[in-house]
Amino acid sequence: MNYHGMKAIYRFEMARTGRTLMQSIVSPVISTSLYFVVFGAAIGSRITEIEGVSYGAFIVPGLIMLTLLTQSISNASFGIYFPRFTGTIYELLSAPLSFVEVLVGYVGAAASKSIILGLIILATAGFFVPLQVAHPFWMLAFLVLTSVAFSLFGFIIGLWADGFEKLQIIPLLIVTPLTFLGGTFYSISVLPAPWDTIALFNPVVYLVSGFRWSFYEVADVSVAVSLSVTVAFLLGCLGVVGWMFKTGYRLRN
Amino acid sequence: MRPIIEIAGLSKTYASGFNALKQVNLDIHRGEIFALLGPNGAGKTTLISIICGIVNPSTGTVHVDGHEIRRDFRATRSLIGLVPQELTTDAFESVWATVSFSRGLFGLPPDPAHIEKVLKDLSLWDKKDNRIMTLSGGMKRRVLIAKALSHEPRVLFLDEPTAGVDVSLRKDMWEVVRKLRESGVTIILTTHYLEEAEEMADRIGVITKGELILVEEKAALITKLGKKQLSLHLHERLAEVPVTLAAFSLTLSPDGMELTYTYDIQAERTGITGLLRALADAGIRFRDLNTKQSSLEEIFVDLVRQKQ
Repeated sequence: MNYHGMKAIYRFEMARTGRTLMQSIVSPVISTSLYFVVFGAAIGSRITEIEGVSYGAFIVPGLIMLTLLTQSISNASFGIYFPRFTGTIYELLSAPLSFVEVLVGYVGAAASKSIILGLIILATAGFFVPLQVAHPFWMLAFLVLTSVAFSLFGFIIGLWADGFEKLQIIPLLIVTPLTFLGGTFYSISVLPAPWDTIALFNPVVYLVSGFRWSFYEVADVSVAVSLSVTVAFLLGCLGVVGWMFKTGYRLRN
Repeated sequence: MRPIIEIAGLSKTYASGFNALKQVNLDIHRGEIFALLGPNGAGKTTLISIICGIVNPSTGTVHVDGHEIRRDFRATRSLIGLVPQELTTDAFESVWATVSFSRGLFGLPPDPAHIEKVLKDLSLWDKKDNRIMTLSGGMKRRVLIAKALSHEPRVLFLDEPTAGVDVSLRKDMWEVVRKLRESGVTIILTTHYLEEAEEMADRIGVITKGELILVEEKAALITKLGKKQLSLHLHERLAEVPVTLAAFSLTLSPDGMELTYTYDIQAERTGITGLLRALADAGIRFRDLNTKQSSLEEIFVDLVRQKQ
């Protein structure tokens, strides 16, 4: 294994976050705080409890998941797309690194950033609403699995995109709507038929539901199903990235 | 001794259908400076990119120090350093950080003393904390060389290393390349500056339209393919070349004061003695003469033209 190579990529990517601290950390924290102000304090005060949890506290897992998904995709896609755009990718391709090592470096850094951000938002939420984490281990497990899975997804987008527009199109037109419709701000059980059934085709429902369960032990779908969907998504992304590296798709052609 | 690079039957056809390389066979000897010459789009960069692992070949094999480039990619890539044609750098990184990053990428532990030596050899030491975006084009080129040398490669590819670099910097780089060769590094360079190949290379390969049309020792190439020209500076102006000298295919300068005779130095008879006798018979006197050998550039242009 090329440990020094993986470490070099990881540190390079983390250093990029340090250089863009406002954009990477401060901006998502401010956005999330605004969600709390609007949905938690202003609107939330008029909404009754959902399954025994105050509305402000109920949306915390969903908001963390929203940031986790968008940031994981954005960090990983930009991380691999930018060297392709500037041409510095030549160095990565000519280095003695296997695709697993490249992935560990890029996806590891992107997921790390998202996890740090998720924990910062969790801490920020503590200023606005009383928090409880019923299953800390599973909370961390969902946090890590989701970050890695969506960082892998972002990596795929970064390899697939051949322009900045394409880099943005999937996060903006697919992921963000799915996240908003995935039970971030509500339980899908409140949806009228047939929307409550249609919502089950949205993979984000399973992520938010499982994550929320780890906080309050309330869920829209069973935790085992949530976990299985998350792991299946992660393995699917891993398979696609493996194929891309094996065939040299958009890299070695 | 086994060549450090062995290329056999190498072809590359891109997805667009463009046939960039056609059955290339080439051996690069250890410790030599090999210059790969060719017009734009000839396949030089594709060839280098395949050896370095950046582009997948369509057919054929490449061995570096006995290791096959795809099966033993770790071994082969660890041996190779690449300076690309384009000035592709991480604009926001410092010189020190980007060179150290390259060393790590190639699987080596940090070695500040080696990085310091590389930066000093390339006159980059006083710029080590500067962001790359603040450097001039020539300095960026040096940074790319420093990155390629950060992991102490045994084979160095220089793809158009002095493109856009001023004369003084170019000569500095030649010096760096010579020192590397003295330390045992094998160097393969592509260049448009034939002066560069003529100055530095031990052997020269000419590639055009994806085919390697010639590989030869530089000196032998010049001798083998070179033509010599004899210039005669006349005493009196000549209106036209006399008919009695037609067999020598002489060229008369526009001012009528210089006759040029082109001859093949490999030929059994150069025809110089006969020309001088014929000039005397025609009553044409000259006050000076000199000879000039074809440059690599002229040889190269001839070769490519023949192929076309």
